[in-house]
Amino acid sequence: MDITEYIQLVFTDYTLRTITLGTAVLGAVTGMLGSFAVLRKQSLLGDAISHAALPGIAIAFLITGAKDSNVLLLGALVSGLIGTFWIRGIIKKTHLKSDTALGLILSLFFGFGMLLLTFIQKQPNANQAGLDKYLFGQAATLVESDVLLMTIVTSVCLFVLLLFWKEFKILLFDADYTQTLGFNTKFIDILITSFIVLAIVLGLQTVGVVLMSAMLLAPAAAARQWTNSLSMMVFLAALFGAFSGVVGTAISASQNNLSTGPVIVIVAGVFVLFSFVFSPSRGLLFKQIRFIKNRRDLELHKTLAFMFHIAETHDDVSHPHTIKILNNFQGYTKSTLQKLVDKKYVTLDGSNWSLTSEGFKTASNLYNQQMQNNE
Amino acid sequence: MSNAQIEIQLIASIVAIACAIPGTFLVLRKMAMISDAISHSILPGIVIGFFITQDLNSPLLIILAAFSGVITVVLVEYIQKTGLVKEDTAIGLVFPVLFSIGVILIAKNANDVHLDVDAVLLGELAFAPFDRLLISGVDVGPKSLWIIGSILILTVTLVIAFFKELKVSTFDAGLSASLGFSPVVIHYGLMTVSSVTTVGAFDAVGAILVVALMIAPAASAYLLTTDLKRMLIYSICFGILSAISGYWLAHWLDASISGSITTMLGLLFLGIYLFAPNKGVIAVLYREKQQRTEVLLLTFLLHLKNHTEKRERHVNHLNEHINWQKVRSKTILDLAFKNNMILIENKIVSLTEKGDEFTSQAIDYIITNEDAQIEDMKDDFFLFRG
Repeated sequence: MDITEYIQLVFTDYTLRTITLGTAVLGAVTGMLGSFAVLRKQSLLGDAISHAALPGIAIAFLITGAKDSNVLLLGALVSGLIGTFWIRGIIKKTHLKSDTALGLILSLFFGFGMLLLTFIQKQPNANQAGLDKYLFGQAATLVESDVLLMTIVTSVCLFVLLLFWKEFKILLFDADYTQTLGFNTKFIDILITSFIVLAIVLGLQTVGVVLMSAMLLAPAAAARQWTNSLSMMVFLAALFGAFSGVVGTAISASQNNLSTGPVIVIVAGVFVLFSFVFSPSRGLLFKQIRFIKNRRDLELHKTLAFMFHIAETHDDVSHPHTIKILNNFQGYTKSTLQKLVDKKYVTLDGSNWSLTSEGFKTASNLYNQQMQNNE
Repeated sequence: MSNAQIEIQLIASIVAIACAIPGTFLVLRKMAMISDAISHSILPGIVIGFFITQDLNSPLLIILAAFSGVITVVLVEYIQKTGLVKEDTAIGLVFPVLFSIGVILIAKNANDVHLDVDAVLLGELAFAPFDRLLISGVDVGPKSLWIIGSILILTVTLVIAFFKELKVSTFDAGLSASLGFSPVVIHYGLMTVSSVTTVGAFDAVGAILVVALMIAPAASAYLLTTDLKRMLIYSICFGILSAISGYWLAHWLDASISGSITTMLGLLFLGIYLFAPNKGVIAVLYREKQQRTEVLLLTFLLHLKNHTEKRERHVNHLNEHINWQKVRSKTILDLAFKNNMILIENKIVSLTEKGDEFTSQAIDYIITNEDAQIEDMKDDFFLFRG
């Protein structure tokens, strides 16, 4: 199947269109809210919440006996919120650290959820099959009403985000200052955490409990590398999230036996890897290039200084010397010498070099200048 | 109890002990989430090992899986070192990607074999006794019992051999480095042991239960004691207790054994979290309330000490001036009175000698910033606490 054919199919085929739209919207909303989770150093909260949502789904099913996905998601939301607030309680009231609290809630809630799920499976009720799709997610089960729900939640998120933008922003970077300004930090904090929980719960059906945390983190971590502005980061994260949703769906749809969730996560992972390496200001590649360039500059200075000390001993600054005497010096290479010539600090004459008066002046000021710069 | 039931409980208890030991150190080193990451990212190692050996219990598979656990740790640390993202984000990025690779590998290649993600993640203890180890035709017990048993022996030997190194590097990495044991070696040693334990246990109890068995007993024990040896013993006991009670819960509900063990761990932690003496939530809330009252008392006594004029010391005035609600001022007044720190004559409050001495000392400590001494001083002066 080639690309144009696939794109045509996206617009004509109901299932494919719904899934593509669903994963795109999901990617956008998780990317948006994930930016806040990453910047608030709550990255693993997503992992904990998505696991903590499982017993809620099971209990909602036990109570209503129906498999209506909205009711189940409501259950997931409630138990996710309980998990979140218990985590906060543990961190605040005991000396257990946040990692322990997260791991505890994650594994305990998930285990309890498993207990309930296996308990439900033994019940004489034919309706229970398919609850385990929440474990690993099945994008294929998305229907139009699910996508509609996601879109509504995303719009509400966006609206609240814009409404409380400055509060969110200031809380993110300086919580104490926010409090002194008279903002109700507790309220803002709970608001943003609840929205993160909401986004996670929405994604459970599509990518599942285990991989949800990556959906939250990866787009945000990738976006962080490209910008230092919050609004830009949120926007980019939403874009990356939506894009990984669409690409992941396309890859999994064109292959047999590939569930959508893991593919989306890997696509998002590739985005992160690409950003880590190629981001112009923070990326590893350009950092390495800058590092090498700086080292070259230093070596150039070292060569120049070495030449200067030789030239100093002569009355005539431009007295020629052979290149050979540079050979046992570390900073010397042919290219550095050529660079010095290009800068007109040195002139070459066969196998001899001589310092120009300009080069002499620069070299004598080399260390002084640096000291002046440092001051 | 049938033979299989005893065997299941035995396996569950040994897994619990084998997990509790590394878990204690992970919790103390603030690396609890690493165990979660390892438990997920061993999946690709298991899958690749399974393709090579076609046997879920082969030692090569355990080695490969443990190796992928160690790779996770290395990757997380590498990403963190680049400074591009924080440690928790690094963890959260690495393990889902590795897990996804594992899931895709299974989906693409292992459709018709006994290996699915549910089994890895959730495990099924109930089947463990049916997979027997035969040595030259003689049945010597369930395979998983042997695997996890040898891992336990290895762990216990290592912990006893390197106990002081582990202790020092856990609490003071700098000191340990200056004494000449490399914290890095200990760190990777611990990570390797955790990975091996996770892999050895996953097939019996599932990856998530491994995390629960590592963190929950250690966290509960940490709320009860601050002594490392005692913490290890407590967490081992909690692990065994929940393993056995969890088994019977599962038996009664006819549900997943690993789920029930986790639930028992959860209930145990909830109980300790609420009721632990000194560090439980109820104790903390009570202490906070007590301290609040005592600080108010001190403020009140300071006010009395600063004002000699009668007008300032009239009960009604105090009510207005310090702006406390009626109930609260009554508690404070009662407390001060019970402790013989004030006298009330004709509605005029004045400090007794004892109250005066207490206030002066308290001021001294507050000025010199020796906050810790105030608690001892309270013990000397107070007959009744707030």
